[in-house]
This record gives sequence, structure tokens and C-alpha cells, in this order.
Amino acid sequence: MTGGHETLALTLVSAFIALTLAITLWAGRRRRGSVEEFYAGGRLFSPMENGFAIAGDYMSAASFLGVTGLIALFGYDGLLYSVGFLVAWLLVLFLVAELVRNCGRFTLADVVAARMRERPVRIAVGAASVTVSVLYLVAQMVGAGSLVALLLGGAGPQARTWMVIGVGALMVVYVAFGGMRATTWIQVVKAVLLLGGAVALTVLVVIRFHGDLGALLTTAAERSGHGRAFLAPGLKYGGDWTARLDFLSLGLALVLGTAGLPHILSRFYTVPTARAARRSVGWSIGLIGGFYLMTVVLGFGAAAVVGSDAVRASNPAGNTAVPLLAVDLGGGAGSTGGTVLFAVVAAVAFATILAVVAGITLASSSVAHDLYASLRRPRGTVRDAQRREVAVARLAAVAVGAVAIALALLAQDLNIAFLVGLAFAVAASANVPALLYALFWRRFTTRGAVWSVYGGLVPALTLVVLSPVVSGGPESLFPHLDFAVFPLSNPGAVSIPLGFLMGWLGTLLSPEAADPARHAETEVRALTGAGAV
Amino acid sequence: MDKHDGRSAGEPGAVRLDDPWYDALAPGWAESAGAADAAGREGDAGEPLTVGGPRDSGIPPGEIYLAVHRSGAFQEVRRRYRSFVVPATLAFLVWYLAYVVAAIAAPGLMARPLVGAFNVAMAAGLGQFATTFLLAWAYMRHARLRRDRAALEIRWETQELTGGNTR
Repeated sequence: MTGGHETLALTLVSAFIALTLAITLWAGRRRRGSVEEFYAGGRLFSPMENGFAIAGDYMSAASFLGVTGLIALFGYDGLLYSVGFLVAWLLVLFLVAELVRNCGRFTLADVVAARMRERPVRIAVGAASVTVSVLYLVAQMVGAGSLVALLLGGAGPQARTWMVIGVGALMVVYVAFGGMRATTWIQVVKAVLLLGGAVALTVLVVIRFHGDLGALLTTAAERSGHGRAFLAPGLKYGGDWTARLDFLSLGLALVLGTAGLPHILSRFYTVPTARAARRSVGWSIGLIGGFYLMTVVLGFGAAAVVGSDAVRASNPAGNTAVPLLAVDLGGGAGSTGGTVLFAVVAAVAFATILAVVAGITLASSSVAHDLYASLRRPRGTVRDAQRREVAVARLAAVAVGAVAIALALLAQDLNIAFLVGLAFAVAASANVPALLYALFWRRFTTRGAVWSVYGGLVPALTLVVLSPVVSGGPESLFPHLDFAVFPLSNPGAVSIPLGFLMGWLGTLLSPEAADPARHAETEVRALTGAGAV
Repeated sequence: MDKHDGRSAGEPGAVRLDDPWYDALAPGWAESAGAADAAGREGDAGEPLTVGGPRDSGIPPGEIYLAVHRSGAFQEVRRRYRSFVVPATLAFLVWYLAYVVAAIAAPGLMARPLVGAFNVAMAAGLGQFATTFLLAWAYMRHARLRRDRAALEIRWETQELTGGNTR
């Protein structure tokens, strides 16, 4: 590739960084230093703004680059990701969004701990939330590393290292200086950019095939080298039953995990009421659904226009399918149109990574709220305590950022989509059972909550360590060691049921019974919003 | 749990227009008081709950939520919520799992062509998108028309009892 697209792409990326820093400064200027402001942006966003921000938080680079790449390589089997990522939102809309908005103040732990003894529950849920956030962050930063490798062509591993460090430093600046208000606006801008880019490419694909989607599918099937099998299940997950079970495991993690992602849950607190939270989820379902429909067109478009073999030659995991498609749609390599479109797509993907990273870091800084503020004995005035909590949250953002940078540097060769799937699996195993039990099960107790969190978290992490992802295969993290006794690469099928089972068992074996008055309070508050902040 | 913190910033003006403090009692409040009386926990349960402030409502502070929870009005809101959410959640989970399991257990069926290159699997995938949009729309409509008003009334009356409405 020529130097032209690099210069243009870097210019666009720099413009986006400048814009986001301006937003951060502008949002930080009006800050008064309260916790409400830092974690929830003052709770005064409109449902539409928050809907865009939720969509921005959710549509990560793994979707834009990863899912389209999987569709371009494996056809129909990649499409199953798009479906799972969207259907999960029904669970959030029906069972989680309004109730969580009504019961909590800033985080998941607020909701689960409301009926329980606070200390053990907050420690457990806080630890699980930070684990999920760090895994998700590592995935995004590995994505940033891959993207820069693509952008700078022949740049060596050093450029990737500096890129990861640069992204990490930027996100700490966003969060530490801007808080939730800046992060939300960055998400809104990013969602608009990403949707605009996806719409433009989709329109170009449809025009290329004169509006005939049947011709698009037929051409994609022909150029994939698989014929009709490309449009049917089985290319990626159709092998032995281990591979098929692995897919079921991933499907389960995707549909249940969204409801336990800390950075998504904390978004519901940026709007004034549960009704507004519901409407923001409505907006985000529309936006996210539209986006994933477009990823289907773009994935098959890449197979039809670029060809599966050319995609695979550029990146074996398919992560570069959309940038390659952009070059082709713009008029081919070397043409002005191709250069411009490629630069735009690269810049949009980079903006996506930055924004998601900022959102997750903010969510993980709320560990300061879960652990520090609730567990320490209050001292001085309320205002002093709040100021101290925000200071600790900023420090936590820096610390989480540093840990994620270090892990991302170690994990640079891991697959992005896998890491995201893993974060979903851990969220579905550790957070979702405790959250659903706390909201809907009258007899749920403190011991049940603690057992369900650790009963999901520990098996999920252990099974990953024992899976072929870490050892035993040529593509493993440690290819020379072999302690892979667990055959599936996604632990969801085992660890999610375990999380639910342990919550049930812990409740049965509890020394004390659940307090009916506190359950009544939770239910009344959850469904009516009485006493909600 | 902190009732005094950030409330003025958190309440939009639109909600206040609806303040049911000046409206008639929510349906079922009398039942609630009766039920509470039957349980033998209260002194002057014959009075409607909304009369007077938290001090003279006759309900000990620790039992306000229990009383509201037993009230007919709240039970009705919860029944409406559950009567939509339980079948809808089961339906979409079963439909999604059937879709995933069909892909790994019956790939032959999924590969059967319908129109041109368009096959059963693609139709099912688009069907998942369609049902998601449809169920989301139906839920939001149901909540707006069948639940919001009653829930808001209970919210204000409960906060009146707990003293949460005073600022």
C-alpha cells in the first residue's frame, strides 16, 4: 500500500483524538466533583442520547472488524454472532434495565447488595466486575495493536507496543478528567461515526450489486470457494461435537452475558428515571439491530467483492475484511477513492476502540464506589467523603488502565473475538445469576449471592486456563506446554449453570433466612421506582 | 438508599406534572390497608395510607414497604409486569436456543434453499432480528400503557409514607 492512506488515516485519527480531548476538557470544566457527576454524569441525559451512548459502548471493534471478518470467512456461521449480540438485549430490556435503574445508585453491586450484608457481597461483585472489565479492555487494546499494524503496514512490534500504551494513556485522561459526562458524549460521537461509516459502506455494496441481495449472496458463495455450503451452518462449527458444543457455549455466553457487563449496566444511571432507561434501551436496540444487519451485508459483501481467499491472505482471522472491502469499493488499491475510504474505515475503527476503552475504564473505576466508599468508616463531612471517593475512583481508573496495558502487551497474539467472548462468559457466569436472583428470588440470601458470584467466576477463569486457548495447540498462548484438560474454548456451557447452581445451593445452606421486609422493599422499589435516586 | 442526595438534580420536571399527590387514591389502597389489618400488624389500618405524613400514618417505618408490597395496587402492577415478561422471556430464549441448536444439530434442514440462494438458516437468522424488534416494541408499549401510571402513583405514595418526597 502507498503512504497516502496512512497519512490520511493518521490525520483523521488525530482529528478524532483532538475532538474527544476537547469534549473531555469541556465536560471537565463544569464538573463540581460530586460522585453523582463522576459516575452518572449528573443523571440528566435524554433517552436518545443515552441510547446512542449504549450503542456506542456495545458496538466494539470486535463487532465491526471481527464479526464481519468471520462472516467473510465462514459465511453463515459468522452471522450467528450478529444474532446473539442483538437478541441478548431483550433480556436486558425485560428483566434488567428498569429494575436496575430503580434499585441501585451507580453499579451492579448496589443492586445485589441492597438486601444483603453489604461487605461480602460488595467485595464479591466488585471483584467480578473488575475482572470482566479488564478482560474486555484487554480485547479492545489488542484490537488497537492489530489495527495499527494494518495501518502502518510494515511497522514492527515496537509500534504496536507504543500504540497500546498510547491508547491506555488516552483513556486514563478521558476518565480521570472527564468522568461519565465526557465519556457519554465521546460514545455518542463515536456511535454516529461508526453507524455513518457502516451505512456508507453498506450502500456502496448494495449499489455494486444493483440492489439485488440474491446476487450478492450467490456471488459471495461462489467466490468463497465453498459454494452453497457458505450460506448454511457448519463451516466453522460443523466439525466434531466438541466444536459444536463450543458454539453452543458461545451462544449461551453471548445471550446471557450482556446483562452482566458492568459498563453497560452503569449506563442506565445516566438518565433520570427507569422509564428513561427503558426508552434508552429501545433506542439502542434499534441502533444495534441496524448495525448488526449491516455487518451481515458487509461480511457477505467482503466475501463477494474481495473474495474469502484474499481476506484470509491479509489476516488469517479475517479482521481486515472491512478495510479491504473499503479499498475495493472506493475503486481499488492506489485509486483516490480507495485510499480515502480505507482511511475513513481505519479511523472509524480506531475511534471505536478508544471510545469503548473509555467506557469500560470508567465502569471499572466504580470499584472505588463498590469497595472503598462502602467499606470504609465515614469520616468528616459528606462532601469531603464524596470528594475523596472521586479521587480514589480516578486512581482506580489509572490502576485498571495500567493492568490492562500490561496484560494487552502480553496477549498481543490472542484473538480479539475470543477475548470478548470470554468477557461475556465471565459476566454471564458471575454477575448475571446473582443479579437475577437478587431481583426475582424472594429467598435469596447473602451466602447465596457470594456463592453464586464466586461459583461462576472461579470455574469460568479456571476452565479458560485449562482450555486449548492457553496451552496444548499451535495457536495457544503457551504452545509448548500442554495442560489443556478442558476441550471447549468458551467456558460458558459449564460455568453459567454452575453460577446459578451455586447461588441456589448457597441460599439453601444459608444459616439465616432471607428478610421478607427487605425483599418487599426491593420489589416495590424495582417495579415502581419508590426511593430511587 | 440515600433519599436526600442528588434528588433535585435527578427528577425531571415532566414527572412532577403527574404528581398523584393531588389525584385520587390509586386503586386498591383500601384493600392494602385491609390486608395489613388482617395480618394484625397495624393499629389504625382503616385509614387510607396517604392521609397524613409519615408520623401519623400509623405504619412503623420498617413496615412501610411490606404494607405497600401487600397492597392490591402493587400486586396488580407486579402481575401486569410478570404476565408480559415471563412468557415473552421464555418465548425468545426458547426460539433463540432452538435456532442455535438447529444450526449444530440439523445443518441439513437449515441448508434447505427457499428462494434462490436464500435458505432456511438465513430466514431464521433474519427472523431472530425481526422477533427481537417486535418483542422490544411490544414490551415498551405494554409498559407505557399498562404499567407506568400505576407504578408512578405507588412511587409517590410510598415516598410520602417514607418521607422521601420532602426536600
